[in-house]
Amino acid sequence: MVSENDVLHIAELADIGIATSELGKFTEQFNAILEYFDILDTLAADDELDRPLVNVFREDEVTPSLPQEEALANSHNPEDGYIRAPKVI
Amino acid sequence: MSDAYNAFLSDIEIPSETAGPLTGVRIAVKDNISTKNIPTTCASKILLGYIPPYDAHAVELLKAAGATIAGKTNMDEFGMGTTTENSAFGPALNPRDTTRVTGGSSGGSAAAVAAGLVPMALGSDTGGSIRCPASYCGIVGLKPSYGRVSRYGLIAYANSFEQIGPMAANVTDTARLFSVIAGGDRRDSTSVDKPYDITGLRADIKGKIIGVPKEYFGEGVDTGVAETVETSIGRLEELGATIREVSLPSIRYALAAYYVTCTCEASSNLDRFDGVRYGPEPEMNLPWHDAYTKVRQAGFGPEVRRRILLGTFALSAGYYGKYYVKAQHAKQLIRRDFQRVLTECDLLAGPTMPNIAPRLGELTADPLRMYQTDILTVPVNIAGIPAISLPCGTAHGMPVGLQLMGRMFGEEALLNAALAFEEVA
Repeated sequence: MVSENDVLHIAELADIGIATSELGKFTEQFNAILEYFDILDTLAADDELDRPLVNVFREDEVTPSLPQEEALANSHNPEDGYIRAPKVI
Repeated sequence: MSDAYNAFLSDIEIPSETAGPLTGVRIAVKDNISTKNIPTTCASKILLGYIPPYDAHAVELLKAAGATIAGKTNMDEFGMGTTTENSAFGPALNPRDTTRVTGGSSGGSAAAVAAGLVPMALGSDTGGSIRCPASYCGIVGLKPSYGRVSRYGLIAYANSFEQIGPMAANVTDTARLFSVIAGGDRRDSTSVDKPYDITGLRADIKGKIIGVPKEYFGEGVDTGVAETVETSIGRLEELGATIREVSLPSIRYALAAYYVTCTCEASSNLDRFDGVRYGPEPEMNLPWHDAYTKVRQAGFGPEVRRRILLGTFALSAGYYGKYYVKAQHAKQLIRRDFQRVLTECDLLAGPTMPNIAPRLGELTADPLRMYQTDILTVPVNIAGIPAISLPCGTAHGMPVGLQLMGRMFGEEALLNAALAFEEVA
């Protein structure tokens, strides 16, 4: 069982806010879903996993990309070609 | 609402500029597929104001084929849902009965086609998001083989499962649209260069062996839906197909394996939405965790936050082995089950959805019950194979979808069988 405090902790890790008013319901639904996932516990997982996919590489050639102006067009008040972000310290 | 069914989030048209196989055809595009200079929101407040600086590969191909982009369609936020009720801009309404949902997550695309607003639309299918609304709205929807259509410009939710695919009123239009979007693209590293040649399309089902997995008629499948689909499978037999009962025992794990994997991928893919490079502006003076938390709480709806939480939890230390690793083992068993039955059978058949379109609000309070309606569509995304939903009659007065599933990269045989069925349906 996951507690309300666990849910708050995970929300903090994921930078997802949870309002106090929705915490109870979220926790209850979370537990119902996790209980359903328990069916995976009945599975023997001793087989090797297939790795059918191979990496796809290409030559490191310069190809056209977005001009800086277009790449910054959706950001807020870019400065000297840089994107502005909230303060880190 | 820009139309009676809330099918479109934006009806800005991009007119045709060249002549090609789709000249004069208006095509609606799901709003998680990037369109240059046209807002693309994924039906989420976190992308309000975002204007993509580039086109998705599939959109480039539509333009090059002469199509007119008719607008962007409503969906469950980021593709997370089975009814299109998780849209931040209100649910799409089912043109067959506006008190019912369209299905999801490509509900706007399905409604636009079913209402006759456009002849064709692009959707995307992560766990059934093309086939489910096609089934509920009575149209055709194809989930291509994984890799056959480039995902470049498709805003990722669970990238190991999802594919862009065609939706239309009939099989021929579905195949026409597929022929334009299929093929290789080096900007998607999972892309496989297998174009689809429309000139090979012909009604062909005689002599095919069609497996009917008994699990597709198990507990939870509405009896009216099951009867309609069984009648349709009888028609396939009358057309000269051989029907054989098969079993896919591992699909009992499919729903859990799917939801563990897709929430894990979502928690990583949706990390980028913090308002810094696009979307609503964070408060620049707050410490960054607080600023991002505020933007993401206000911008993401409850289902998106629930899936990010589930994925973050399932990937966290101490739980990774219990959930994520077990899910990968389950996926392997499911893939092997499909490979086995598709060696002895040419195609598989069953219902697309276990039910008809629910009424608006019927499932929203209980996310697990909503997840469980995906039980017959997610196995195909896990196996990577192609599948199509075809209108096959009604139950309780609403459309029912027949789901045909094919071999990996076997869209040719799948569409030919679908056309044969459509001619007698």
